[in-house]
Amino acid sequence: MRPYIREKKDFAFDEVPVDTSFEAGYLVSVNSGWRSIRPVIANEKCVGCEQCYLYCPDGVISINKGKAEIDYDFCKGCGICAKICKLGAIGMEAERK
Amino acid sequence: MKKFLSGNEAFAEGIRLARPEVISAYPITPQTIVVERLSEMVEDGSLKAEYVHVESEHSALSCAIGASAAGARAFTATSSQGLLYMAECLYYASGGRFPIVMMNADRSTALPWNIYGDQRDSLSQLDSGWIQAYAENAQEALDLALMSYKIAEDKRVSTPFMANLDGFVLTHTYETADIPEREQADRFLPPYETDNRMDFDNPKNMAFSAGPDYNYIFKYKEHEGILAARQVINETEKEFAEIFGRSYTGLVENYLTDDAEYIIVTLGSIAGLCRETADKLRSQGVKAGVLRIRYMRPFPNQEIAETLKNAKAYAVLEKDISFGNEGTVFTNVNSALKKADVNVKGYNYIGGLGGRNISSADIEKIFSDMENGAETVNFIGIGGENNG
Repeated sequence: MRPYIREKKDFAFDEVPVDTSFEAGYLVSVNSGWRSIRPVIANEKCVGCEQCYLYCPDGVISINKGKAEIDYDFCKGCGICAKICKLGAIGMEAERK
Repeated sequence: MKKFLSGNEAFAEGIRLARPEVISAYPITPQTIVVERLSEMVEDGSLKAEYVHVESEHSALSCAIGASAAGARAFTATSSQGLLYMAECLYYASGGRFPIVMMNADRSTALPWNIYGDQRDSLSQLDSGWIQAYAENAQEALDLALMSYKIAEDKRVSTPFMANLDGFVLTHTYETADIPEREQADRFLPPYETDNRMDFDNPKNMAFSAGPDYNYIFKYKEHEGILAARQVINETEKEFAEIFGRSYTGLVENYLTDDAEYIIVTLGSIAGLCRETADKLRSQGVKAGVLRIRYMRPFPNQEIAETLKNAKAYAVLEKDISFGNEGTVFTNVNSALKKADVNVKGYNYIGGLGGRNISSADIEKIFSDMENGAETVNFIGIGGENNG
């Protein structure tokens, strides 16, 4: 399961964990605002080899029905996935505002 | 089984019985022998642990933190410059509430370079959030090694534990120590269980940042944890006595203090000589007593106030100086008395820095100074200095 955006809440004293550990993937806001180019997957070329999934530094790529899928809420547009894809299935396109 | 052991070897025997799963350490005099013995135990199979050779003390403690985060019981050991080099990681370990045990061989810090014992290394790290115990002899060192994990891993505490042994005087002196049976040790100390660990089925984000709103709450809870050790240390020592037949006295150990007029407050291996000197003075009619601080964190505020409240004077004898002020132990003791409204004349004796010997005659002089008056802060063998 991909992490999803939760509603931001204030934690009471007793809800703050004793140690500095908490449920992983607890995200409260979109974080991709500075992206100027975005990776776009050509589904017909993707073979689901998972190389982009392994290399993505932000963990925003998942494999769905044998094809790579990008979570644009958290992708920073670094382009590593496009660089690593041996099949040329990922292209970088300018963000349109 | 009784064996003739150095302080380092006794501590290693205690750690073998505690069954740590990961040991990461970098050798430094006078700690070296404890890690040498442990590596031999791993080599001969009598201790089933992953022994990680690291390239520095910073890495040694970082590795122990990683092991603890994976749910393992972790051990490291260091001394002096090594402790200072891992200082950054001390706070990661305590903030993350990882119950790592470290043996520190108390040693002077440079410059001038010196490998001999004083307590300036560990006392400089009192605020790092670690429990700090000071052993007096080899048997206590061995027993502390076993008790340390039980105290640190208690859910109410969840705080790393630093066991301090005076460099050379304790780490390298041979004494007879009783090594408990394997079966007894296993009954006393069960395997480490924690929810604070890496777990594929229940993934956690660990060692994260926390902003102004929540950081303060984490620090408050860290303080609560180390304070809870007061109670847990007493419970642990009670259980230890039931299983092993040796008792300890909690955060402090009092000697002849009940009716004492003059009390030396000290810590570590020098306490033995203080007690002998008190015995000698008692035979001459001086009502002398000794309070040995066993734990500097959590600090025995109430115990110290209770012991000193009826004395005519007390003197804190310590191998430490907080430059520009006084000995840190003296500062802590004075605060304990102030909070309890105890008003007894106090003196500070700083000695033993860089391993310089403190003699029985030096200790006799401290007792006579308490009777006759002296400067507040005194340097043994150099003289008194008025404290500002």
